[in-house]
Amino acid sequence: MELFANHSKCSGCGTCKLACSIANFKQVTPSKGLLRIEGRFPSPGDYRIHLCDQCGVCADVCPVEAITLENGVWLIDEDVCIACHDCVEACPKDVMIIKPENNMPAKCILCGECAEICPRQAIELRQTTAVGEKK
Amino acid sequence: MIHGYAGTVLRIDLGSEQIIKEPLAEKMCEEFIGGRGFVAKTLYEELLPDTDPFDEKNLFIIATGPLSGHLLPASGKTHFGCKSPATGGYADSNMGGHFGPALKYAGYDMAILTGRAETPSIIVIEDEKIELRKADQYWGKGSLICEELLKKELGENFQILTIGPSGEKMVKFACISHDFGRQAGRTGIGAVLGSKNIKAIAVKGTGSIPVFDVEKAFKKGKEAFKKVSEKPGFKGWTPEGTAGITDWVNEVGAFPTKNFQTSHIDHNKNINGKKVVERIKITDKGCYCCPTPCGKYGHTKTKMGSAYMEGPEFETIALFGGSCFLQTIEEVAYANYLCDELGIDTISGASVAAFTIECYEKGLLTMEEIGHDVRFGDLESIVYLLNLIGLRKTKLGDLLANGVKTASESIGQGSEKFAIHVKGLEWTGYECRNAPSMMLAYMTADIGAHHNRAWVLGHDVVGAATNVHDLITAGTDSDTRAKAEVSAKASAEFVIDSQHTRPAFDLLGTCRLQLMELGFEVENYAELYSVITGKEKTWEDILEISEKVWTLTRLISAREIENFGRRLDYPPARFSEEPTPTGPNKGYCIPMKDLDSMLDAYYEKRGWDTNGIPTLETIDRVGLKELVK
Repeated sequence: MELFANHSKCSGCGTCKLACSIANFKQVTPSKGLLRIEGRFPSPGDYRIHLCDQCGVCADVCPVEAITLENGVWLIDEDVCIACHDCVEACPKDVMIIKPENNMPAKCILCGECAEICPRQAIELRQTTAVGEKK
Repeated sequence: MIHGYAGTVLRIDLGSEQIIKEPLAEKMCEEFIGGRGFVAKTLYEELLPDTDPFDEKNLFIIATGPLSGHLLPASGKTHFGCKSPATGGYADSNMGGHFGPALKYAGYDMAILTGRAETPSIIVIEDEKIELRKADQYWGKGSLICEELLKKELGENFQILTIGPSGEKMVKFACISHDFGRQAGRTGIGAVLGSKNIKAIAVKGTGSIPVFDVEKAFKKGKEAFKKVSEKPGFKGWTPEGTAGITDWVNEVGAFPTKNFQTSHIDHNKNINGKKVVERIKITDKGCYCCPTPCGKYGHTKTKMGSAYMEGPEFETIALFGGSCFLQTIEEVAYANYLCDELGIDTISGASVAAFTIECYEKGLLTMEEIGHDVRFGDLESIVYLLNLIGLRKTKLGDLLANGVKTASESIGQGSEKFAIHVKGLEWTGYECRNAPSMMLAYMTADIGAHHNRAWVLGHDVVGAATNVHDLITAGTDSDTRAKAEVSAKASAEFVIDSQHTRPAFDLLGTCRLQLMELGFEVENYAELYSVITGKEKTWEDILEISEKVWTLTRLISAREIENFGRRLDYPPARFSEEPTPTGPNKGYCIPMKDLDSMLDAYYEKRGWDTNGIPTLETIDRVGLKELVK
């Protein structure tokens, strides 16, 4: 599975980020959304959706191998993680966060809530080849 | 902890720079819900009576509602309130966008500004950190440019509201701008922020709002989005948004034309929603959590210049395309952009321009006084006038910057008859000489001539619902008068119902358009309120509080405006004395006797006295006895 962005459908409403935060952290705060909506105003006057595409760069830079691939999704093992935040810094899409409550990084787990809630189908969860196979 | 709310009221005294954070009172949440309810209660209790709107003692209030910032359709509304420089009475104005939710995530349901900053300043709110920063480098900048610069300085994650040069110069219909095109446009609240030397407020919030049952609220919120998406109008309404109503309003003869001289245009196909999509729109632009974004962001190019801008929405199309008679959507959009950058309400800005042109055409103002030849339908004239007024240039510009009521009182010579306002607030996009219910809605709206408190034009057009023509065509014989009374009562009932329903959303902190445009049922909001707050309220309970707030806003204006009452509820004489000259409603107007019949019926139904002041019994009945001593 993989998340796909259709930028021209996005209206910047931010529902995706809020749903992500509630689904993953049970908190009503888009600051914990594990994706990013960029409004480009005044010019060119549009939105860009930045999604985790499970590229694995976070795992590549992790010094303690706390991020591992399971069923096409890179997952963080908080018992192994040393909270160095190298992964957050390295994320090419800038869609990882640091959780203030325990200083641990967090990333998209491909739960699909953002795609499900988007009222304009600007984000879609599609069946694709496994991440490992693509690489 | 109060579920649904952030839990804190932020008070900033701008003069002393004292910042106080106090717990949000649970009793206020229970009795006034939020948003407009918080604004009205605070103004009633804390505004020193007879304060000049530009005195530092005037309050500037920002209020969210219990549903603001939660996962449900269109939870992005923010309310502003103060004593209005436009009317001298109660003022509130709301806007969509993302500011209110961000304020709640930062921890505040409400912010109350008092005093005046010593020098031009911006307020920066970042969770618990509150800063008043000097803003000399931003003072004088346009609203849109200022937001762009602040985003660069502070970061993309800040939500920002700004005023433009017109707010700085305290133009009485200056607005507040946000998110490159959202405005809290009405009642001159931008001028009050300007009077306090505040150029902008920026907020970034990273906290969470407590929810009574977060799992259930998530489930119900998702269901609400699904229900909205299944409504028949879901796919059809959004592409054009509010501009989609342009042709219909014109077809029924309610389109304001040349300063409301008449009510029908022939160039509607050049300025309608279809043209917005074809010639202007780049993207739909949504407010927070909105599934049906009415915002259309785009680009326009005209002989006067080109610009990126949001809009135009219906009201702007009606006032600039109809009342100012601009001929193309590109021209309307450019006027829209100029208002946004100056920081003036497009409705009032266009109205003042149209009033000026009619004065000029009638010889009440000379070219020497205006400084330019001005004509309906000419973009150059409109641009000239907007700059003249919005920057208070020249003696005339300074006068017009106070709105059509004040300007007409100074110009005189009968211009009062076509100064299109109620209580000092310029009229919005529906001409009503053959629409008595909508006329009554404008007459009795608590902030002045505004449509968002009650929209009942559909009842008038259907006719059968209100027997509209029984009222307008009534003679003096007892038979037709009796029919007229029935019609007046029906109009009053429709208007009052609408005045409770629509502002109920302003208590909750959500947009009403999902109900109004798609028929998303009100019971959904009561259910969401309950799962989020943990307090049981039916929609009827919410409507009762809406009536209480309506009564309170009337009492605030009655306290603040000298000789307040029926005399201020009349529309301009044009609508009662001048039959519509052309178009589908040719020949219609609503004589004073019928306006009085409607007001009589309205006051009686509301439990107000014959001068339109709530009686003690009514104050008691609606639950204001404790507050209104």
